[in-house]
Amino acid sequence: CTGDLSTTPLDNDVQTSVSVYETQGDYEQVLAKLYAGLALTGQSGGSGAPDIQSDDEGFSNYMRQLFAAQVVSTDEVVVAWDNPNFQPYNFQSWSASNSFVFMMYSRVYYEIALANEFIRNAKGNNDPTIQTYNAEARFLRALSYWHALDLYGGGVPFVTENDGVGAYNPPSISSDSLFNYIENELLAIEDQLSAPGQGEYGRANRAAAWTLLTKLYLNAEVYIGEPHYTEAITYAKRVIDQGGYQLEDNYQDLFLADNHTANGIIFAVPSDGENMQSYGNTNYIIHASVGGNMSASNFGIDGPWAGNRVTPEFVNKFDLDNDSRAMFFTDGQTLDIEDPINFQHGYAVTKWQNITSNGEPGSRPAFVDTDFPMFRLADVYLMYAEAIERGGQGGDNSEALSLVNDIRERAYGDASGNITSSELDLEFLINERARELYWENHRRTDLIRFGMFTGSDYIWSWKGEQKDGTATDAIYNLYPIPSSDINANPNLTQNPGY
Amino acid sequence: CLVLGLSFPGLAQTSVSGTVTDAQSGETLPGVNITVKNMPERGTATNANGTYNLNVPSLQDTLVFSFVGFVKQEVPINGRTTIDVSLSPDVQQLEDVVVIGYGTQQREDQTGSITSVSTEDFNEGAITSAQELFQGKASGVSVTSGDGAPGSGATIRIRGGSSLSASNDPLYVIDGVPLDGGGVAGMRNPLNTINPNDIESITILKDASATAIYGSRASNGVVLIETKTAEQGQDLQVSYTGKASYQTIPKMLDVYSADEFKNIIGQQHGQNAVDLLGDSNTKWQDQIYNPAFSQDQNLSLAGSTGFLPYRVSLGFSGNSGILKTSDMERLTGSVTLNPSFFDDNLEVNLNLKGMRVDNFFANRGAIGSAVYFDPTQPVMVGNEDDPWGGYYTWTNSQGNPIPIAPANPVAMLEQQNDISTIYRSIGKLKLDYTPDFFSNITATLNLGYDYSDTGEGQVRVQENAAFQYDGSGIGGLWTDYNQRKENELLDFYVKYQNDFPSIESSIDFTAGYSWEHHLEESSNYSTNRLRQDTTVVYSDTDFATENYLLSTFGRLNYSYRDKYLLTGTIRYDGTSRFSEDNRWGLFPSLALAWKVHEEPFLSEFEKLSQLKFRVGYGVTGQQRINQGDYPYLGTYTQSQPNAAYLFGDEYIQTLRPEGYNQNLKWEETTTYNIGLDYGLYDGRLSGTVEGYYRKTTDLLNLVTPPAGTNLTNSILSNIGSLEVKGLEFNITGIPLSTKDSYWEVSFNATHSVNEITKLTTGSNPDYLGVRHGGISLGNTIQVHSVGHPRSSFFVYEQVYNENGEPIEGVYVDQNNDGVINSSDLYRHKNPDPDVSFGFSSRYEYKNWDASFSARAEIGNYVFNNVAAGASYIGLYNSTGYLSNTSTQLENTEFWSSRFLSDHFVENASFLRMDNITVGYTFSQLPDIVKSLRLAATVQNAFVITNYDGLDPEIFGGIDSNIYPRPRTFVLSASLNF
Repeated sequence: CTGDLSTTPLDNDVQTSVSVYETQGDYEQVLAKLYAGLALTGQSGGSGAPDIQSDDEGFSNYMRQLFAAQVVSTDEVVVAWDNPNFQPYNFQSWSASNSFVFMMYSRVYYEIALANEFIRNAKGNNDPTIQTYNAEARFLRALSYWHALDLYGGGVPFVTENDGVGAYNPPSISSDSLFNYIENELLAIEDQLSAPGQGEYGRANRAAAWTLLTKLYLNAEVYIGEPHYTEAITYAKRVIDQGGYQLEDNYQDLFLADNHTANGIIFAVPSDGENMQSYGNTNYIIHASVGGNMSASNFGIDGPWAGNRVTPEFVNKFDLDNDSRAMFFTDGQTLDIEDPINFQHGYAVTKWQNITSNGEPGSRPAFVDTDFPMFRLADVYLMYAEAIERGGQGGDNSEALSLVNDIRERAYGDASGNITSSELDLEFLINERARELYWENHRRTDLIRFGMFTGSDYIWSWKGEQKDGTATDAIYNLYPIPSSDINANPNLTQNPGY
Repeated sequence: CLVLGLSFPGLAQTSVSGTVTDAQSGETLPGVNITVKNMPERGTATNANGTYNLNVPSLQDTLVFSFVGFVKQEVPINGRTTIDVSLSPDVQQLEDVVVIGYGTQQREDQTGSITSVSTEDFNEGAITSAQELFQGKASGVSVTSGDGAPGSGATIRIRGGSSLSASNDPLYVIDGVPLDGGGVAGMRNPLNTINPNDIESITILKDASATAIYGSRASNGVVLIETKTAEQGQDLQVSYTGKASYQTIPKMLDVYSADEFKNIIGQQHGQNAVDLLGDSNTKWQDQIYNPAFSQDQNLSLAGSTGFLPYRVSLGFSGNSGILKTSDMERLTGSVTLNPSFFDDNLEVNLNLKGMRVDNFFANRGAIGSAVYFDPTQPVMVGNEDDPWGGYYTWTNSQGNPIPIAPANPVAMLEQQNDISTIYRSIGKLKLDYTPDFFSNITATLNLGYDYSDTGEGQVRVQENAAFQYDGSGIGGLWTDYNQRKENELLDFYVKYQNDFPSIESSIDFTAGYSWEHHLEESSNYSTNRLRQDTTVVYSDTDFATENYLLSTFGRLNYSYRDKYLLTGTIRYDGTSRFSEDNRWGLFPSLALAWKVHEEPFLSEFEKLSQLKFRVGYGVTGQQRINQGDYPYLGTYTQSQPNAAYLFGDEYIQTLRPEGYNQNLKWEETTTYNIGLDYGLYDGRLSGTVEGYYRKTTDLLNLVTPPAGTNLTNSILSNIGSLEVKGLEFNITGIPLSTKDSYWEVSFNATHSVNEITKLTTGSNPDYLGVRHGGISLGNTIQVHSVGHPRSSFFVYEQVYNENGEPIEGVYVDQNNDGVINSSDLYRHKNPDPDVSFGFSSRYEYKNWDASFSARAEIGNYVFNNVAAGASYIGLYNSTGYLSNTSTQLENTEFWSSRFLSDHFVENASFLRMDNITVGYTFSQLPDIVKSLRLAATVQNAFVITNYDGLDPEIFGGIDSNIYPRPRTFVLSASLNF
């Protein structure tokens, strides 16, 4: 009778790891989960079967945490929610036991573990489709390791498909080694990924890998203390020349419910009201941006969450009368922020909407259709120009000026906002990146690269928990490794200052 | 008696007289009842001198002498006219047989920590669930009743439980059939399918020497429930019990009235807020609660026809809840047959129980909304065809509901219909065979099952319900769910019993095998309300899982000179829940007892009737891990269609690899127990003193695995240890026992402390612990930390001004670094009481009886989340709505919520009078009725506490509970025919 004890799952929705990798469809379903690890929070739409444990499933979404880490911590957002774990992001005062720190870190390593599990099973399969899948899994793993490097620096745990699932303590990896690993992985899979314009929407292609390489190289001085601007120029150029992408004519169309049809999106994290429901990703961004006197239905949503506004310092970067990217809602809102937890203090932002380019609402107001353009062409243009300004070789100054002015012309509707080659400098570029790419998860990385994130060089409202802002300690350039992992894994050392 | 006597005019009037004395003291006994056997109507009692005189039909009859506290005696008259009798003090309590796992034992021979509560000690009143029968009656056993919902359960903790994240519920065994640990979908409480009127006794096994026979499921104690049976040759006895009860609401949460609310809004907020005020004066809590009537009817027949003793019972219970629209109706039936065959060599016990429960669940969300809904708004602003069914709703400028605003509580009750019908059957067939040729051996085969089926579970929400509005035109909700559970059991065991006079020993040895299978299947299909128009599927799931448990077990009871007792048990369990390497576990126990009162050197202490020392040791396990049946196995789960991912233009349902732990095994609890049972004055004063030490190792604990090593950030692991030390004391006395009066009082006290001694594999002194106890806004308020009691509150220390008022947002800088941040949180108190008490008394005077039972807890702390959530800023939301709140806001006057202030960790010590009953038993009745008792009971009569919230008794220590526990008045009638 002891045979009774060897049970296997009875549930039709549950398979064992032995039975799951049989058909190409099985592989595809697991690969889809790797991508969904960015977009969704679990196996049940909205909430109900979360991937990771957290305070609240909605908060645990990868893109939502990335928004907190990369945007809320900067001049681009002051969040009104009186949440003791979230408010420190307004002030740069998070600690290693902050649950948001834990959720972001958990998401990054969950994604890496998912990718490792897939790669373990897929790498020996010679089917060319499955090899493409495998390359995409490696891309997603590299993306998450890049986030780890960017958010926590070196010293983070390192696991690959060669480590199994189970009880062991991964070694920590230095920033140099991690940088090299990400670089080598992306270079290795470059040719296995589908060519630009050929892969399916929602999946990473060669241009996505090139863009990620560009971002890695552009920030190399921050990550490993050595410049790689020339390589940044190489890969930015490859996207520009070989990607076949064009700038979308209408800036706002990039952030609307039908933005899957917009031009210039290199890699998107999709969202769909019917089939991809979560309280993270763009659904969070749009809901949290609406409050005060704003009409929820004008944004295609069911109701306001009244969370995120911008600082006055950020508003002041715009030529409000002429720059169409200055999409602020001011009725009932004050420019200055007396009280960070009052939504009506600070201008609200109308950039993200669940309304199509034709003005129709998205399919469902509770869950938006708007995709998140993680990588898009204008970012690559600006990186190209910046890498040249920073001394990289192989670029063309006049091409850079012309690409930047393409972005300016789109913003101004005509050439009135165009700049001259003498105006194209680093200070212009950090501000232009803010104007073009705000609320798209780039800001913290950009400010750190310019030495403006912590310290006193750049102050904005509520930085350092002062209304007018104050200098913060440079330790906050890196997030701490959550205390739970420091405790669980003796191989790790906490980042300095935490 | 005279009247009854006249009804037998033809009978002879021979009289018998005599004196009744106490066999021990020799003193005469007044008040002894004397009846003629099989003629209970013909009786008398001894007078003050202990003499009696009784007319009997015939000198060949038999007299029955009975007196409380003494052993009943039957004396054949045998032609005599003078019969003097001496009655022996009742040591029956000591002679009682108690049920233990896989058998019974003489109470006086027990070596473990066992508390048994039987019919006469049960709490009275409107009791729908077995737990309430012994609330407050046993030391070391805490029963926290749920809320006012009909049939809602109580949480039982035996010696506080032994786990952190695994279940702390005891194992329930009903008539030898272990109940499945989990709940039944659509049921409020797994035990409320058992009709309390059918229960004969409840035995609680507390220490490991008693529980280890249940091995891997025994760490949290075992509750054995035995139901009533009939005896061979018993006369037909028909019993009827009827109860009617009326539930009232003793106390609702104090919130601001309409006028007060208007004032506060005017003072604290601007014109935008004032503009939202209405003109009504609605007491929302009055709108959702109402007093409720319930009834309970039970009929049972017990008797014996020929070879077949039988008991049949039928019960109906209809319970409305004080929250409108909640209701439960339960129909129960049971049949017990226990015939014997082959000259009693084969004893058969067949027991079938069936229940049908119809539940009508009220939308519990209304309770919170009734507290927070603006009192200046009306209930209705239109009729049912108007938007939102005509219920007042907070809407935005487009006229759509504001999703984060409180929903209209009356709408929540009336626009939702949530019902379930559950069928459950528990049965067993037990065969005990004792061969003629070897009468020392009894072989037992026990086949049991516990099937339940949630036939129809459904939730309907009207399509125009604002609280279900999702922003689209598709509204409402239609959910169908069902669940089926099939649990099967096979036990086979052999018992050998023999006395060896030559070595003054006796032996009782049991060994056996057990097989259990637990299967669960369920499904859930949920859509919008009007499926014929558009169908939007919210969920469409089905689920199936099973587990097996195989065991062998043995127990040896050895007695030397009937003074020195030894019990050793062993169980070897295998479960399908763990990997092949960790599947089997061995659980031994050993206990010794010494009946000191049997020693010659104590014989001169006549007042001492019992003195027994016990020591016990044992190891038990815990495999109810709350993590499914395959936690060690790598599995992949398919996503719902609404959690797909877009590849091109196709949405792919994803397959997610789940985290797993191949090394998972049981947690193990080692218990040491020392006890002293005492009895004085022939048992009129008796009780127990016990101490125990318990250590759980390999604690099943949800931990964060090293990042990257698992497919989750939270994995169940065997990490950590927990120690519990406790003292228990109980005493029962009979201060009064005379002809007309009888008074019994019981008191018990329990003290226990727990400490987490290890939580991680490493030994990082900075490791905070496992935070849990989620409250609003992502805060967690409790922590399991090494060196502290589990679930300690983890909070900031509030600073107060010179008037003793809390200063908002000002806390003590614990580490003196000049900043108040999470490093300044400290561990402050915990929810477990330092001491808990149970106190009960029963007094009888002639035909009257009166009893009460009360409980108290001292030093239990509660986080008052209702008060912590009350803030001025919360009264107005700029998206366009107002919220009322608890008047506890006046204690702090905080502008915004300060959830982590220790100000809200309150001492919630209390004394609760659970039950007061007065009864009268009619003695002069028509022939047909043997007895009639009428009784009136008040349940939850009063609570004495300094706690600020609604009710201090909060399981788990976080008071978000605003559902009042009702006060219940019960009238009952019990008739025996």
